[in-house]
Amino acid sequence: MIAAVALAALAAVCALSAWRMTFVRWTWRAPRAAIALWQALGLTWGLASVGALLAYALEPWGRGVIHGLVYLVTHWREPSGLQRVGALAAGLALLTVLLAVVVVAMAQTLQARRRHRLLLSLVARDEPAVPGVRVVDHPGAAAYCVPGLKSQVVISEGTLSLLSRDELAAVLAHEDAHARERHDLVLLPFAALRWVLPWSKVVRDANASVALLVEMAADDHARLRVPPKRLATALLRFGTAGAFATPHGALGVGAENVMARVNRLVKPGPAMRRRYRYGIVAGAALLTTSAPLLWFLPQ
Amino acid sequence: MDVLWAEGGPLTAREVGRLIADRDLAPTTVMTVLDRLTRKGFLTRVRDGRAWRYEPAASRDAYIAELMLEALEMTGDRSAALTRFAQAVSGTEADVLRKALTELEEE
Repeated sequence: MIAAVALAALAAVCALSAWRMTFVRWTWRAPRAAIALWQALGLTWGLASVGALLAYALEPWGRGVIHGLVYLVTHWREPSGLQRVGALAAGLALLTVLLAVVVVAMAQTLQARRRHRLLLSLVARDEPAVPGVRVVDHPGAAAYCVPGLKSQVVISEGTLSLLSRDELAAVLAHEDAHARERHDLVLLPFAALRWVLPWSKVVRDANASVALLVEMAADDHARLRVPPKRLATALLRFGTAGAFATPHGALGVGAENVMARVNRLVKPGPAMRRRYRYGIVAGAALLTTSAPLLWFLPQ
Repeated sequence: MDVLWAEGGPLTAREVGRLIADRDLAPTTVMTVLDRLTRKGFLTRVRDGRAWRYEPAASRDAYIAELMLEALEMTGDRSAALTRFAQAVSGTEADVLRKALTELEEE
């Protein structure tokens, strides 16, 4: 029973920590470490939830989750008792749903990107002033990255006229960080979870928190190469360049997030001590290994 | 595609090849490209005697609009397909940012 209880407790701790993490602000001082912690929390929550159900279902055999599952498949025995069978079904169903959602999200994302790339190849042009960047002839302000094995940075004609040269360089450095660190892969599982649980506030907030942290991590990368103030003014110019009237009110947190990023760039607080940063990453690693280890615990 | 958009009427592969005169392309290459674009839905074609006449399925501006809708996250679903620099905000929120921008520039 120990394994089942421990896994259930672990899942609860992860859910609670995730909920706490959506409020706290120290994460902004070390976005990369915080992102690692978020990933560990998400993964461990999934493994612990599935593991708790399976551990309870397979407990009478005293083999643990992994070996219990192997025993189940090789001997084709089902656990005795309706409750245990129910737990087994629920655990396997949850595992299937979580895996399927990530796979479907990945497939949809890849398809959307393929279409986007194809359209870009038809209508985007190269601009001698900004080598290696595709330009779309549109007056609106847009700058983004189409991630992939060969990531592509795209800006609009509107962006070219909106920003000064230094600001443009800052934006490109920011996008380059997204492309190089594959931030899209960080966001994918959280976005996928949002599709399954669209009504859950915690999942929505978690998604938004991670998205903001990813932007901050890219800002941090860019500030090493360009003056932070230029990146800040570029951010503000972008935020105010509402070339479109927004059709739906989903952009409510926009200004708050932009200001949070600007303030970080203009008035950087004391950096988090290295000790603490490594502590967070070590904690994340420990958390990630805890659930798989408990899957092996025989009792 | 640019040639077909500029022309504004359906063209045969031979005509397209002639219009891309600056690049020395084999007629079969032009035909292959046109055929692939048709299969992907970017061109429509009609029979004209022994040849096909090709025409863009949508205008250049329509594709640009589609790109920008995705780029500005206005398609409704917040997908993780693209990573964007920043979002534009509306109304009073923009005023807050405008004020901050003026302050920063005066420093």
